[in-house]
Formats: sequence, structure tokens, C-alpha cells
Amino acid sequence: MAVPVRKFDAVIVGAGGAGLRAALQLSEAGLKTAVLSKVFPTRSHTVAAQGGVSASLGNSEPDHWHWHMYDTVKGSDWLGDQDAIEFMCREAPNVVVELEHFGMPFDRNADGTIYQRPFGGHMSNFGEKPVRRACAAADRTGHAMLHALYQRNVRANTQFFVEWMALDLVRDEQGNVQGVVAMEMETSEVYVFQAKATLFATGGAGRIFASSTNAFINTGDGLGMAARAGIPLEDMEFWQFHPTGVAGAGVLITEGVRGEGGILRNSAGERFMERYAPNAKDLASRDVVSRAMVTEINEGRGCGPHKDHVLLDITHLDPEVIKSKLPGIREISIKFAGVDPIKAPIPVVPTCHYQMGGIPTNYRGEVVVHDQVVPGFYAAGEVACASVHGANRLGTNSLLDLLVFGKSSGNSMIEYIKTAPKDLPPLATADVDRSLARVARLDGQQNGTPVESARAAMQRTMQNHCGVFRFKDMLKEGVEKILEVEAMVRTIEIADKSRTFNTARLEALELENLIEVAKATMISAEARTESRGAHVRDDAADTPEHPNGRDDENWLKHTLWYRDANRLDYKPVNLKPLSVETIALKTRSY
Amino acid sequence: MGRRGNTAPRREVSELDEVELKRIIWRSRRGLLELDLQLERFVSEALPQLNEADLLLYRELLQLPDNDLLDYLNGRSPCPTPRLLPIIERIRAAQR
Repeated sequence: MAVPVRKFDAVIVGAGGAGLRAALQLSEAGLKTAVLSKVFPTRSHTVAAQGGVSASLGNSEPDHWHWHMYDTVKGSDWLGDQDAIEFMCREAPNVVVELEHFGMPFDRNADGTIYQRPFGGHMSNFGEKPVRRACAAADRTGHAMLHALYQRNVRANTQFFVEWMALDLVRDEQGNVQGVVAMEMETSEVYVFQAKATLFATGGAGRIFASSTNAFINTGDGLGMAARAGIPLEDMEFWQFHPTGVAGAGVLITEGVRGEGGILRNSAGERFMERYAPNAKDLASRDVVSRAMVTEINEGRGCGPHKDHVLLDITHLDPEVIKSKLPGIREISIKFAGVDPIKAPIPVVPTCHYQMGGIPTNYRGEVVVHDQVVPGFYAAGEVACASVHGANRLGTNSLLDLLVFGKSSGNSMIEYIKTAPKDLPPLATADVDRSLARVARLDGQQNGTPVESARAAMQRTMQNHCGVFRFKDMLKEGVEKILEVEAMVRTIEIADKSRTFNTARLEALELENLIEVAKATMISAEARTESRGAHVRDDAADTPEHPNGRDDENWLKHTLWYRDANRLDYKPVNLKPLSVETIALKTRSY
Repeated sequence: MGRRGNTAPRREVSELDEVELKRIIWRSRRGLLELDLQLERFVSEALPQLNEADLLLYRELLQLPDNDLLDYLNGRSPCPTPRLLPIIERIRAAQR
């Protein structure tokens, strides 16, 4: 079937922080660069990042990239690759100052330098005491970053294709990447975007879980496309969770609520934290609270008709205190839980926030499979696994990741494009045909599964079987269940077959991406029989031989999940930094 | 990703044809979850009842940056454009 082909030097999928940073690099080098995005660039999920971006500028007190590197390795529970982490922490001051020159309105000190504040896990002198390293633009850091980068891209003549959805990667017979198949939402017309170099900057896939802080657009499109094209996904068992999101909605309830006297209760009304943490009770650390909540739910003491959440009770607090100290929380609870917390407790559940795993890359943003670079293919940001976050991400390192690896992948693409033949090679059509067949299957499906039911089944399965705290038997059962859900997804059907802005078709195509991520996550998590960072298992407990349940002899390695037969493979963690000594293995404690 | 219906309301309109209505529904997808949730509810429950003038205001509202829009919907700061206040109020009302 003939599909119109548009030709570029570079094509970038995703217009959040990483995609925009890479595009800027390419366009300013004079290369013809296309950026595809499902939504207007400044409405990408990067806009949700409030905390800031870390860089050892040392504007308020002494700081050093080596200390930042130490914190990041420790945060990753030693699963991060130390070459990539050194690269990121060394580059941090450069990319932040560059962004300042692009017009980013950072908060400032009286002397005009960028104001920096402390943030959890960022320390001076190799873990000694907290250091001010986070640079922010009020509580709108992500938003300001997107605006600065977007304006700059417009000036550099980046060509934006807004309200386009990429469907599949195109590889030739040797595996070289030639571009993507993409659909224009307004018409449902399918095109090929052929380019010398292709970058995925499509963000994470937090929507695989029933409770997630991610926006609806975060459907792991790049991960689904990569998996279908035979690229493995790395370390997908590692997801960051927050203990208290509003059940059924995912909007976060700040931990400050427990600080003000909020109490967690189970279906019997019991203050269950007394059993798990007799001293700290409801003020215990995130991990302890999350684990206790999940244990209560698993043992049948959850609340609501599905017994799938617990309650955060502040009804005993003075209503005036709630109104004056927690007005935002009251608003959130009324809006998203339908509950006024002055009168009734808020339903809460551990909620997924950030994906540490992704498409395997090196610190140059090149996608790497079996130690070989996949020619013409790059990934950056949450979709990629460089791996700088390892088993757990440090706050403010996500915006840094976007800037550093957006830029480095842009530079790698420039080098590659400059050595590539001037004319694009003939387009291989096998992947294009497969992509068209996928869309045709969806349009022709009869007596299939409604998208809604398949998606709900996936989200419930992931939440219950592979959430913040994991159990051997639940994971085993979860693998079977998610494969059943996959079978449902293969027959999803849409009622509306119209061509213009067909949200139903788009959601179906998104679900086909999400299910790949869900399988990768469940299968990788079931196999990893230790606890490390954000992957915590009941059967890998804290013992003297294995502090925190971490098992370095057997599990100091990256997981690689292949879509084909759900095969798992592993590769060593790179413990060798670029220029400094290895940060030696140690028990992670704060 | 949400439960948003895929059938746009039908009506005799000049500027707002079927395509434009469906575009408005897609553009109700945002970068912030809190906006997705509120606009999803508004689109499924209140949008079909809007007249053309209100739909045009809603379309204009969708042009706002996510953070500003969220602040207006949450009542954290007042929207400086008076003509948008009634549509903001309708979205807020749909959340109750």
C-alpha cells in the first residue's frame, strides 16, 4: 500500500523537555528536523515537574559534581551506570546555565546568581549533610523549561507536527532505523516520516497502573513502538510510587497531611500504622507506610466495595486548621474523592509516579542492544534508560536527565547525520505494512473487547499484582493475568470509526503501547527475586547477608525484556565511571 | 486515556462543525493529571449542553497554559480575562 513519505534529516517523537532540547541542538546545527507530538508542546507532561533541576553550581554553599554523582549512584541503589551518572552530573551546570541563557526565569539570589534549595537525597561531601542543589522557577520549573525551549525551537525553525501520533518504528532488513509511521489526528491519514536519525522522547507509561499521577497522555508510546520493533526494554520492574494518592484519581495528597496529624485507617477503622511502626506510626518513612498500606489491602482489610484502598483520616482535626493549613488538600479531596475531609476520611492508595526503566541507551543517547548501537535510533528522557536512575530516581534528577540526554542525543544525531549518505536510502516497507495492518485490524474488528474494559483490566492487574510492594505468589499470578489481558487487547474494538480527531481510535492505539509496558514490568518484576530501590518484595527481606533484601551476587545487573516470547536477558551494570574511581557498593540507608 | 466519550454533540453551528468539536475534545487532554480529570468530567457531562458562544469560550480557555488554567479552576488565583469567568465557573460546577 502506498503511503506518503515526508523526508527529514532528523525526526523526533515527543515534544516534552527531552524532545525539545534535542530538536534545538539539531535545528541550530542547520538540520531539517521534525518534531511529532500528540499535544501542543508546552502541554507535555514535563509541565507537571515542580521541584526543580539539580546542578552542582555551588551558588549558596560549596558543591561538586562528584558529590552529586555519589548521591545519584546511592539513590539508584547501585543499579545506575556510573559512566552515564558521571556524565550527567558533570554536564548539569552547563545545561542549566545554557537554559538560563535561553531565557529560563530561574529564581535568583540577591547577587543575581541562580537560587538553589535543598532537596531530598542531595548531599554535600559524599552523603554528609544536605546541600542546596535544586534550581527552580517558582513552582513552575517544568512549565518554564518547556516555554523557554519551545520559543527557542521556533526561532531555530524546528518543524512541529502537533496532534500527530507516531504508530511504529521503521527498520530496514539490517535493523537500521529509517523513521516512523505516524497518523495525523485531524484526518487519520497515515504517513511515513523518513529520516537519517530518529529520536524517541515520548515520556513514561505511568498509565499502566490504576493509580498514577501521570497525565492521560503518558501511555508509553515509544516503549510500545520499540518493543514491537524488536528492541528490548530495560529495568522495567522499577517504578517510583508515592504512598498517598486519591484512590481512583491518582492526585497526590502531600505527606504534610500526616505531619498535621492525619491517621491511616483500614476497613475496621483501625490505626494500622501502630502495628507496623510503633514509634513513628503514621509519620514513618514513605517505604514503610506504602508497604503497610499494601499489606492491609492484600490481607483483606482494604476499604470500599473493592477493598482496594485505605483511608486517610483528618476528621479529628479542628476544621479551622484544615481550612487554614490544608486548603489545597480539602479542595483535592472534595473534587477527586467526592469527600469533604472535615467530615469523612479520604480514600488513598500508593500511586505510581515515575518510570526508571526504558529503552536501553548509552550516555550519548544511542540505543544499544547486545553491546551494539542500533544505527539511526536514539532515546532520551523518561522513555530511555541510560541508566542514571537505576532502581530509584533522586528528586530533581528527572528534569536534569531531559536536558543532559536531550542535548547529548541531539549531538550524537548530528554526528551520525553528517557522516550518512546525502540521499536517504530506499524505504523498507515491511514495518510500514505491519503498522497499517495494525490500524486496519482495529478498524475491522468485530465482536471484540471494548478498549475501556481491557484497559481497566490491565490497570487493576498491575496495581494489585505489581504495585509498590510485591509478593511472590501475586507476581506469579500477575504474569498469567497480564497475558490474559494481552489476549483481550489483541481483539480490542472501537465503535466509532470516524476519521477526524477520533479519540477512541487514539486511545485504542495507546492501549496497544501500554500493554507492552505492562507485560515488561510484570515479567521483569516476577523474575527479580531481590529487593532493590523501588522494587521491594515481601520474600526478599532485610537480613544481615542481604541488607534491605538486596542481593548483589545474583542481581547486580540490568533486566532486558524482549517482546518476542517474553524472553528475559540481563546485562552487567557499568560500575566504571568515565574519569573517577568506582563508587563502591554499600548498603543504602538515609 | 480517560472515559471521555468519542461522540461529539451534534448541532447546527457555523464555526463549530463536527471536526472542531472533536478537536476541542482532544485538546481537553493536558499535561497535568488534575486538568485531565476535571476536563474529562466537564466534557462528558456538561459539554453537550453548551451553546455555541460557550463552546467558543471553552475553546479559548483551552489555549491557556496548563498551570494558569489549573490555578483558575482550583480558585488559587483569579482569571484576569472577565469573559472567561462564566465558563470557568461551569467547569468548577461540573466537579461537584
